[in-house]
Amino acid sequence: MPALTELERAYAQARRDSSFRKELQRDLHQYAGRETPLYFAERLTKALGGSRIYLKREDLCHTGAHKINNTIGQILLARRMGKKRIIAETGAGQHGVATATVAARFGLECEIYMGKEDVARQSLNVFRMKLLGATVRVVESGSQTLKDAMNEALRDWVTNVRNTYYLIGSVAGPHPYPLMVRDFQSVIGREARRQILKAEGRLPDCLVACVGGGSNCMGLFYPFVREPKVKMLGVEAAGRGLRTGQHAASILGGEVGVLHGSKSYVLQDRSGQIRQTHSIAAGLDYPGVGPELSYLRDRGRVQFVSATDDEAIDAIKFLAETEGIIPALESAHAIAAVKGLAPRLAKNRSVIINLSGRGDKDMITVGDYLGVGI
Amino acid sequence: MNRIGIKFAELKKRGEAALIPFVTAGDPDLATTLKILQALEAGGADCIELGIPFSDPTADGPVIQRSSERALKDGLSLPRVLRLVRKFRQTSQIPIVLFGYFNPFFRYGLREFCRAAARVGADGILCVDLPPEESAELKRWTDAEGLDLVFLLSPTSGPNRVRLVAKKGRGFIYYVSVTGVTGARRALADDLRAQVARVRQATSLPIGVGFGISTPKQAAWIASFADAAVVGSALVERIEKAKGSAEKARRAGAFVSELKRAMEQVARKKKS
Repeated sequence: MPALTELERAYAQARRDSSFRKELQRDLHQYAGRETPLYFAERLTKALGGSRIYLKREDLCHTGAHKINNTIGQILLARRMGKKRIIAETGAGQHGVATATVAARFGLECEIYMGKEDVARQSLNVFRMKLLGATVRVVESGSQTLKDAMNEALRDWVTNVRNTYYLIGSVAGPHPYPLMVRDFQSVIGREARRQILKAEGRLPDCLVACVGGGSNCMGLFYPFVREPKVKMLGVEAAGRGLRTGQHAASILGGEVGVLHGSKSYVLQDRSGQIRQTHSIAAGLDYPGVGPELSYLRDRGRVQFVSATDDEAIDAIKFLAETEGIIPALESAHAIAAVKGLAPRLAKNRSVIINLSGRGDKDMITVGDYLGVGI
Repeated sequence: MNRIGIKFAELKKRGEAALIPFVTAGDPDLATTLKILQALEAGGADCIELGIPFSDPTADGPVIQRSSERALKDGLSLPRVLRLVRKFRQTSQIPIVLFGYFNPFFRYGLREFCRAAARVGADGILCVDLPPEESAELKRWTDAEGLDLVFLLSPTSGPNRVRLVAKKGRGFIYYVSVTGVTGARRALADDLRAQVARVRQATSLPIGVGFGISTPKQAAWIASFADAAVVGSALVERIEKAKGSAEKARRAGAFVSELKRAMEQVARKKKS
């Protein structure tokens, strides 16, 4: 708790400091490659025969996903706070890679916690992290996925709190993380807003993003929250189907609870034990969801739907064949939802999908799923 | 004053510190836990911390993580733990603190939980992942039911935090001896005595020290300047290693009496 207070104070100072903002902007531009394009997906639009579909190309960021937006912001903060050691949790490995990347850039010691199951299904990202000089700590407790990695990172943090900065990758965890990660990811929505106004001359009709913890979703949505005409759709991971219980849809299938220091929708049993989750997308395989997204759902501001493992796999193939873009399994959930949504919208409407990451890391998983050895 | 207050007052008169063993309820099953609780009391425990297992015990080291996993294997729930307390209470007046994580309490309903806990004969609640700043709602119901809400302080707690816990805490203050999670440590911090003295200036509540205490020698040292020593992982590990229900209880009782003897010797030295 004193560590959180220290972090809250440091972040409050940094966000008001113009030199911090300048540094952040410079790094987002020169190092992460922002701004990312808002791409009009013409063949996808035609194939679905409805609204005009735009893809916010976060997959083109350095390291291959939106995760770098947040790690750049937090590493600058960690440096201001004089912390020498960086720890992080990771599910799909994208946040781990993005953390190891910025730690390497600043010459900071870096340890990444990752569940044993995720280490097995994201071996490529594990290798990338090691190449970047990070130590990957394999977590064998609990369900051996993202939540357990987060448990272990929290244990490390309370033990080494004096010299260590815990770089959380999602809009989850204790305050101020959900707020801070949302702020750093909001660059996605701010750019998209400018870009769509230029392209269409008006705001979009609908925004779509996949939701695990919710960082790419909050990043795109937040700058539009006060625009009542812009609909927002979060897509959760239905895994093998919501009815099977083997999914990671915290909002659609969970109840209010407290996990990792924030109150939100949580997948849990009747006595408050956290449930095991399943999604083919390791980055969505988390039993909680950001508290602000939970709030936006309760206010009716954001609607939620889900996509299954099967639908996500189909969406990868579909986008690859129509647009020549291979999305990450996580982002493919958003594509899958739009396959159902777009045909029902008029042709003069526009939809922005957050293409939060690229699919390179998932090729082995997808190959296995389709029975193709790679 | 409830059982916790009475016990600390009694011990103070005798110049002794309390020994508070921790065990996880339902590890490996509730029938065994009942036997263990009885053995702990017979061995000389002054108060018991009964751990309520949680799927994601972020404040715990590997030993208590494993014990929670064993307890949860056959679907242990909070109502069953409460029934165990009721059963144990029929034959014992030892103070009991329920030690757990927020989500199971929250899911049960904070008011209902406090009511049920008081009804079955628990005396205090320690919610390890609930900071005092966020405790108003739980405290409302623990106060209403006459339960002590126990808070933690650690070496990183600043003066404001110490004052807050001194003001809001009831029963005793649990001082975490090291930054980190539960589990045996080879060595305790050298300045622990000074740290406890620092907290003592802010409160008249008894101060218990826990996290990392694993040997009679360490417990005796703690007893020389604090009001209680909490021993968890070292005990849970002995229970884990012993085979069979009776043997687990026997070893738990034997370990506790070893710890208690070492602590009593310190008390006698203090007197003479």
